[in-house]
Amino acid sequence: MQGLLPYVVRRLLWAPLILLAVSFIAFAITRFGPGDPLRVAMGQYSDPVALERVRHEEGLDKPFFEQYGIYLKNLAHGKLGESLTYRNRDVSEVIFPRIWVSARLGLVALLIIFAVGVPLGIFAALRQGTWADPFSISVFLFLQSVPVLITVPLMLLVFVLKLHWLPAAGWGGLFDKRIVMPALALSLPGIAGIARLTRATTLSVLREDYVRTARAKGLHEFTVISRHVVRNSLLPLVTVVGISLATLVEGAFFAETLLGIPGIGKLTFDSVQGRDYNIILALALVLCSAFIIANIVIDIAYTVIDPRVRYERQRLG
Amino acid sequence: MRRLLRKKIAVGALLFIGVFYFCGLFAPVVAPHSYTDQNLDAVNQGPSLSHPLGTDSLGRDMLSRVIWASRTTAMVTIATLLTGGLVLAVGLGLLAGYAGGKVDTAIMRVGDVFFGLPALPMLIMINATVGARVRGWGWLGAIERGLRIDGFPDYVVIFGALSLFFWVGGARIIRSQVLALRETEYVTAARAMGASTWRIIGQHLLPNVSNIVIVSLSASLGAIAGTEIMLSWFGVGVQPPTPSFGVMLFEGGSIRTLQANPHLLLVPGAIVAGLIFSFNLLGDALTDVLTPHAR
Repeated sequence: MQGLLPYVVRRLLWAPLILLAVSFIAFAITRFGPGDPLRVAMGQYSDPVALERVRHEEGLDKPFFEQYGIYLKNLAHGKLGESLTYRNRDVSEVIFPRIWVSARLGLVALLIIFAVGVPLGIFAALRQGTWADPFSISVFLFLQSVPVLITVPLMLLVFVLKLHWLPAAGWGGLFDKRIVMPALALSLPGIAGIARLTRATTLSVLREDYVRTARAKGLHEFTVISRHVVRNSLLPLVTVVGISLATLVEGAFFAETLLGIPGIGKLTFDSVQGRDYNIILALALVLCSAFIIANIVIDIAYTVIDPRVRYERQRLG
Repeated sequence: MRRLLRKKIAVGALLFIGVFYFCGLFAPVVAPHSYTDQNLDAVNQGPSLSHPLGTDSLGRDMLSRVIWASRTTAMVTIATLLTGGLVLAVGLGLLAGYAGGKVDTAIMRVGDVFFGLPALPMLIMINATVGARVRGWGWLGAIERGLRIDGFPDYVVIFGALSLFFWVGGARIIRSQVLALRETEYVTAARAMGASTWRIIGQHLLPNVSNIVIVSLSASLGAIAGTEIMLSWFGVGVQPPTPSFGVMLFEGGSIRTLQANPHLLLVPGAIVAGLIFSFNLLGDALTDVLTPHAR
């Protein structure tokens, strides 16, 4: 654990710099991009005088760097600005309830991914050399290959239009049957990755001496697998939560937009369409912070799980 | 290569990819109709002899639309592979690994920034804002008309943005390989004999990282194809009337279309799923064949 603390501190010091870079890039693309957010927000037949007045009130007629400076100053005070489409509402008021929705949905999907992926991987590893191993993995590899924007309409076709089991869209919290489709859409692509990793780690654990010892002691095969193999093959899985997170965010865009779920995926879609600068910027910052924190946590998890990993300053040459 | 051909799954995947790219690149010759030809007497038709995959809501032949859409996917993936994959990933990876020091730090930190960002939201933003500006550049339109590649500015926007994000993974792997390779005896020997830096890179380093380059590139192909489709679905990628699987899936995915004409979703959906699945299978097979010690 020696090199860990300075490493984490160094990474944490980098994080604000990266976020600053991201905020600048995002700010620049929103300001220099085409499309006038106010004109979109106020509709096609807006009064040009009123338009200019609002533009002045929002400070959108000031020079670029002055606008960026004001934005940063507000940000330092924890203010993300006002939404341009939802007038008179703070960006944080708009964003945080949405994040809560997406986070719960993502958590359910993550649980499904692990609940299916881990047993599947262990199953495939124990059946290595038979047809069941490549077959079960291939099925989920195929599911991984189908983009969410195809699975969702397919599910709509089957569950809603043909079987009439589920309502077509909407969100009613965790214990509502409308969560079935988005949770499935988000989790299906992620299962193959977890299953294959579990399979690989299980295979390597199966070759260890202590497994042979356990078998030689005459332990029941079930005990060998559950006590000696599974425990040791699960540890490395913690680290791939981060990778699944990226897949989840990506899938959430399409699943939420298609199924009308009020999460950050749909919000991003709407605010890109409506050119809501402040929301786009805040979303970019929030998402990037989440990614940076997740990456740091994962790096720490590596060292805690496998003490052989050290983050010392790399010597070159 | 021979060992790759011994795997039946890999051959199947290669075949699918081959047909897809052939149809895509030679779309003007292969497609029975143009992608804009309308027959308003025959809209939303199911499969028939004259239109094997049916027609869409504007009476356009689905088979031709699909073939032209595969042209979009083919061009974007190839262009991204060349710029982001080969030039940026291999170039920067070699440079970082071989030069070391400040150059290495600079390249890898920039890579960290891109790696830490959520790629899809950033790509959507870049395409939605900068994209429209790039599309307005006159000389891109001139190339479009000169080369007769419809939608050329769209392609440039998409593969330009994709390349920005897809080089990092490859560059990291190549850098770590080069770091190990440049300490080997034969590189030291070559340097002692007075070989130039370019000769060492070209003769000794490149051939030794080529397998890893192939593996990492083939693994990312499915993701590149998928991302282009997502961007076009979002409306920030390829613009209609240029066909793209993303646009077709968007049109076919609304609930009313699903109810009346599911083939508008199923036809492009099946091809996209098949293509990405093939890429994934091929990537796996290549990993098995080219990096045996990884097993």
